Amino acid sequence: MIGYALTFALACFGLALLLNIYRVVRAPTKGDRILALDTMVINAIALLALFGILEGTTMYFEASMIIAMTGFISTVSYTRFLLRGDIIE
Amino acid sequence: MLVEILIAACLVISGIFGLVGSFGLIKLPDPMMRLHAPTKATTLGVGGALIASMLYFYFVVGQFSFHELMITLFLFLTAPITGHFVAKTHLHLTCKPGDLPPTATDRPWASYESDAERARIEAAAEGETAG
Repeated sequence: MIGYALTFALACFGLALLLNIYRVVRAPTKGDRILALDTMVINAIALLALFGILEGTTMYFEASMIIAMTGFISTVSYTRFLLRGDIIE
Repeated sequence: MLVEILIAACLVISGIFGLVGSFGLIKLPDPMMRLHAPTKATTLGVGGALIASMLYFYFVVGQFSFHELMITLFLFLTAPITGHFVAKTHLHLTCKPGDLPPTATDRPWASYESDAERARIEAAAEGETAG
């Protein structure tokens, strides 16, 4: 039963990533593009966690931790750049 | 058996909410509305996946891992900051100060107040309390 649920969740997050890629390519405003990239990072973290269950190893959690940090820093720096024209003042 | 049902339910809920969050990002009409949709993916989508993996590794594999809690904590801490910055970027790129609703005080929206204006108002307020 866990196997079917895992496949379903993996398919859902894969589809969500595709929708995010569509939004990144065709974004009405710049804020939407940043938001779509941020959501992509979140979906990638969920996908990694699910892949860890699939493989039965906890090794991927360090990777998802690093991805979470990188995603946060990049989102903040992108928005800072758009707001102030400078990242570190 | 009960644990299996619980893990499967967590996985299905997380998948549905992740998909709904990303679909809302495409479907909702207004940029400020679109800001709302991915927060569901963050809290329930990733949260469900991480709870499922915690239950799985504790009850099925037999080892307790606390990394999931760290990831959840980090995401819960950073999601409001990200949302705030994206909303502010949207506001400053598309709205003029006149488009926004009034603040009901004599000061403008804090995000639009210039440094000189703020210093002047604060100095005046301090003068009032001192006098």
